[in-house]
Amino acid sequence: MQIHYDASSEQLLVMLSGEIDHHTSIPLRTEIDTEIYAHMPGILILDFGDVTFMDSSGIGLIMGRYKILHPMGGELILQNPSSYLNRMLRMAGMDRLAEIRTITNQEALS
Amino acid sequence: MKITNEFKCVFPAVSSNESLARAALSAFLIPADPSAQELADLRTVISEAVTNAIVHGYRNSTGLISICLRMLPDRVLYIRVSDKGCGIPDIEQAMTPLYTTAPEEERAGLGFAIMQEFTDKLHVRSSVGNGTTLTMRRRLGQIHAEED
Repeated sequence: MQIHYDASSEQLLVMLSGEIDHHTSIPLRTEIDTEIYAHMPGILILDFGDVTFMDSSGIGLIMGRYKILHPMGGELILQNPSSYLNRMLRMAGMDRLAEIRTITNQEALS
Repeated sequence: MKITNEFKCVFPAVSSNESLARAALSAFLIPADPSAQELADLRTVISEAVTNAIVHGYRNSTGLISICLRMLPDRVLYIRVSDKGCGIPDIEQAMTPLYTTAPEEERAGLGFAIMQEFTDKLHVRSSVGNGTTLTMRRRLGQIHAEED
């Protein structure tokens, strides 16, 4: 996982990777929250481009971060889910909590 | 019940074994050549079942989880996941989407909903103090030459 904070846009970008399950979500949660409380971002972007597996523990991870951000007026963006992950996110109603978007490498660099 | 192939394993209910259960299922399914979607669905299903046993069945305790995988005729996959943990007092309530007894651990309460969505049949047998057994079936589609 890589985390990058951009102060000018107040965006915290979290590049998730590998498998997200109950076992791996526990340290992820701690690491992401440390960054959230350090920067109080206006926007948290969770990027799933390199995520190869996710079960409902990942949904718990998203809901938990939403619950922290929402009272601070922060916004959550779920970025680059695979078609499989996209189905899971929509099944779990995550599209009601967050924007789900796909961006190309070109857009990511600009 | 005619069985084409069968695999059984028993392992301690620790969270690092969630990926082991998925790997076992993936390996078992290789000869059946499932589609990418089927494989992803079924890996999620077994991950949810094993996580439930660890988080809820053996909550505040330890024990063993048993898995039995069977390939039945007509490409029907049978999955059984059992624990000897605390059991479920109210199965209907446990299966309600978003209901969870472990909100502090950020459980979404979607495990059963996902297992139901991704299988054709799901059966829960549970006895308080004695454990829980989930059995699921999913019929795989015909073998495809090429998938995305």
